Amino acid sequence: VPVAEKRLVDVKLGELGSWLGTRDFTPNGILASIRKGHDRYYNKYINVRKGGIGGVAMLLAGYVALSYVWEFEHLKHDRWRKYH
Amino acid sequence: MMLNFFDQFMSPVLLGIPLIALALLLPWILFPNPAARWINNRLITLQGWSISQTTHQLFTPLNQGGHKWATLLISLMIFLISLNLLGLLPYTFTPTTQLSLNMAFAVPLWLATVIVGLRNQPTIALGHLLPEGTPLPLIPVLIIIETISLFIRPLALGVRLTANLTAGHLLIQLIATAVFVLLPLMPTVAILTASVLFLLTLLEVAVAMIQAYVFILLLSLYLQENV
Repeated sequence: VPVAEKRLVDVKLGELGSWLGTRDFTPNGILASIRKGHDRYYNKYINVRKGGIGGVAMLLAGYVALSYVWEFEHLKHDRWRKYH
Repeated sequence: MMLNFFDQFMSPVLLGIPLIALALLLPWILFPNPAARWINNRLITLQGWSISQTTHQLFTPLNQGGHKWATLLISLMIFLISLNLLGLLPYTFTPTTQLSLNMAFAVPLWLATVIVGLRNQPTIALGHLLPEGTPLPLIPVLIIIETISLFIRPLALGVRLTANLTAGHLLIQLIATAVFVLLPLMPTVAILTASVLFLLTLLEVAVAMIQAYVFILLLSLYLQENV
């Protein structure tokens, strides 16, 4: 099986560089990968006959984590400290 | 200890990308389109049912011309409700605390209702400036007062939303800091304050939804007068 067609979980560590070289990093490619990722998540967790709170909850938890990373520069001043 | 309680309202930027962009996109991702099926999945059905109930309740008093505004107003309401509720999650940023955003929603929509009224039925629209049954000497004063109240409407709409959300977030932060500081010193007082914090959070959830609703309700009322 050629490297370009393997999924990421099957790529060996030595082949990682060449596998990344075959990926499509153009804006169109990135948009396509975002759409594919969204479709996979949506069809697995939300577009099911009896969806529960889990699908949305995972999304919101990811959003909280992302917000934490984004605001870390502000948040790092809020630690317990004798002198600020 | 919080260094500055107002830091949470500063628009955060990471590597040049503002978080407000992601925060504004998130409501779009959270409400998927119904598929072209007879019966959708449970979540989409729930979403569609609640939206249609809200639309029906908001737009029954309006006449046929007003129903053209339904898409705009209901989508705006969903946007505001989701923005407000997402802002209550930890570490998130609430775009509706920025006055610029709320004024950008309020002013064009209010202006649109006024212009629609003045174009289609100018006499009736201007007639709203004078309530029925006013005594004759009071008429000039009242017209001035009603004009002022008309022009203050967009300001009130924007500032109401901003102030309610900002005040709620600040209160939560202040009381949480108080609980945090009191915990080693006076645990009982800390527990009492923690219960206040719990109730305040419930209030904030309610306020988030109510404020969005009020925004849209008032806009629909202004529309009802004018359309």
